[in-house]
Amino acid sequence: MKTKSIASLLLTTALTFAATGAAFAQDKTVKIGALSDQSGLYADLGGPGSTLAAQMAVEDSGLAAKGWKIDIISGDHQNKPDIGTAIARQWFDVEKVDIIVDVPNSGVALAVNNVIKEKNGVYINSGAATSDLSNAQCSPNTVHWTYDTYMLAHTTGQALVKAGGDTWFFLTADYAFGAALERDTSAVVTANGGKVVGGVKHPLNTPDFSSFLLQAQASKAKIIGLANAGGDTTNTIKQAAEFGIGKGGQKLAALLLFLTDVKAIGLETAQGLNFTETFYWDMNDQTRAFSKRFAAKMKNSAPPTMVQAGVYAGVRHYLKALEALGGNSHDGAKIVEKMKSMPTEDDLFGKGEIQPNGRTIHNAYLFEVKKPSESKGPWDFYKLVGTVPGDQAFTPLSESKCALLKK
Amino acid sequence: MQALYAQLLVGLINGSFYALLSLGLAVIFGMLNIINFAHGALYMMGAFVAYFLLNNDYLSIGYWPALIIAPIVVGIFGMILERTMLQWLTGLDHLYGLLLTFGIALIVQGVFQNYFGSSGLPYAIPDQLKGGMNLGFMFLPVYRGWVVVFSLIVCIATWFLIEKTRLGAYLRAATENPTLVRAFGINVPRMITLTYGLGVGLAALAGVLSAPINQVRPLMGADLIIVVFAVVVIGGMGSIMGSIITGFALGVIEGLTKYFYPEASNTVVFVLMVLVLLVKPTGLTGRAA
Repeated sequence: MKTKSIASLLLTTALTFAATGAAFAQDKTVKIGALSDQSGLYADLGGPGSTLAAQMAVEDSGLAAKGWKIDIISGDHQNKPDIGTAIARQWFDVEKVDIIVDVPNSGVALAVNNVIKEKNGVYINSGAATSDLSNAQCSPNTVHWTYDTYMLAHTTGQALVKAGGDTWFFLTADYAFGAALERDTSAVVTANGGKVVGGVKHPLNTPDFSSFLLQAQASKAKIIGLANAGGDTTNTIKQAAEFGIGKGGQKLAALLLFLTDVKAIGLETAQGLNFTETFYWDMNDQTRAFSKRFAAKMKNSAPPTMVQAGVYAGVRHYLKALEALGGNSHDGAKIVEKMKSMPTEDDLFGKGEIQPNGRTIHNAYLFEVKKPSESKGPWDFYKLVGTVPGDQAFTPLSESKCALLKK
Repeated sequence: MQALYAQLLVGLINGSFYALLSLGLAVIFGMLNIINFAHGALYMMGAFVAYFLLNNDYLSIGYWPALIIAPIVVGIFGMILERTMLQWLTGLDHLYGLLLTFGIALIVQGVFQNYFGSSGLPYAIPDQLKGGMNLGFMFLPVYRGWVVVFSLIVCIATWFLIEKTRLGAYLRAATENPTLVRAFGINVPRMITLTYGLGVGLAALAGVLSAPINQVRPLMGADLIIVVFAVVVIGGMGSIMGSIITGFALGVIEGLTKYFYPEASNTVVFVLMVLVLLVKPTGLTGRAA
């Protein structure tokens, strides 16, 4: 009796393993976690819109019709690295999430980067700016999609220095993102013969910038570089106008500005600002068509920001890679490797590629905010000033400190 | 040295918001014994009402009338809150009022955020107050100058109303001994409701004043309220003059911190709060309960 039950137990175990093995080869279940700032100062540029973008990517992939089961969950990291990593861990351990997308706020993004590497998941970061994600802290599990501080510095920063803005004062958000953006932009300014005359670090989410703006004014720098984002940038720009900066000969450089920020400031105040984005809804027929579908599903009928567009494009590419692999192996590094081996192409960013360090390369565009008289609709804000090809906008591999390149 | 004067002035401007808000809190705490955590949300509502008045196709009511209308509208909302919810807490521990108003704040903010997102809405400075003047040591936007002057007037008027008029005397008496005051034929519950409306109206007024400077955002009050509470605690809970003076003083101290060590500007107020409470637990001008 005893031998018989042991034998049957062994048999059952063997059968279970065989069954799991077969399922492994063609597992067509995927779980996507959209981790974002859902309620704070970056919620409009990522947040619920990023979750929607991921949903649309899943729908547009057509995989459901082919028998795939793809679920999406979302979470709020509240701009706190400890909360972000706690959610990421719970998602991998309990919810069995395969991939985390979006994650604005560089501090949270870098912390989550480590968790995803440890759990061998996939990380498509669209929201965070720090160039470290594909540089010093690159990971075999990470793809950095939309933009980064190196790109912002080498497009907006360079253009302004070349136009004569050779002395800079920085207003910097006091966390990982601000530090990275100031570092990368300072390097560009000095490399082009300019000089950084000073700077001030302000706490994240500051309502009043007048003290900092006074210091910037007193520095007499030609350019006041804003190394901050979201609500901080909108408040700075608004209050700078109030203090007569601009009229006094100094120029504001919004190194990072999103569509929703321009909406929040209003064209009256924002007109004439130069900045860089990698996506704008009104670029061509494809972007307009997508944005129309997107806006129809958004509560405030807002078209996608570049962060949300990046979530869409990233998830689309990820699902393409899974399809090419024939199923979900749940092996993050292997899937990211596949993603890197395939050229990227979608309606929103056009053709591109993912470099070995995880950096997605695509065009970057220099924009200028329209005058109120030039704007024809509620979201008609940008004038295209120039296009920078991807290979010139992002970190050249020769300069990258990414350990993955040293194989 | 010039930069230092400039920072002092800017600090005074921020201080006027702290003063207006903490004044409302002090009035409500002093008279109703409620720690009004919804104050930040009501401040935000003031800014939003101003925004709606201006951007509604039928109304298009600008800044000046909004300065009166918005506080009245939000004040009425406050009085409804008081009638329907807060009045049931009379005589209970402070903690209940704090929890209830905190819940109200979360709901109000959540509703606004759901509808308007988080990045905010633009509100232009009224034409009459555009531009600025060169003071030699700094460029002072006319609007900010106006904020300081107007807040000072409102603060002093409120102090006068409560400390020096007959109505104020009734009010103070009603908080000391409601039964006795009622015996004189005075409708105490109505007076309490009106007082809450007044405190809330002050918050909404600060909201309208702040709309052209800061973005009109659902979380604008949440970001500010903790600092304002620190101001009230430092000034002495419920002390009218204490909250006005501390409001302005803390604005200045914060401004100076932004100049000398900007990274600490968000925490300096709390450091001060700890120091004051260690030395004088009732706050600078507070009376022992």
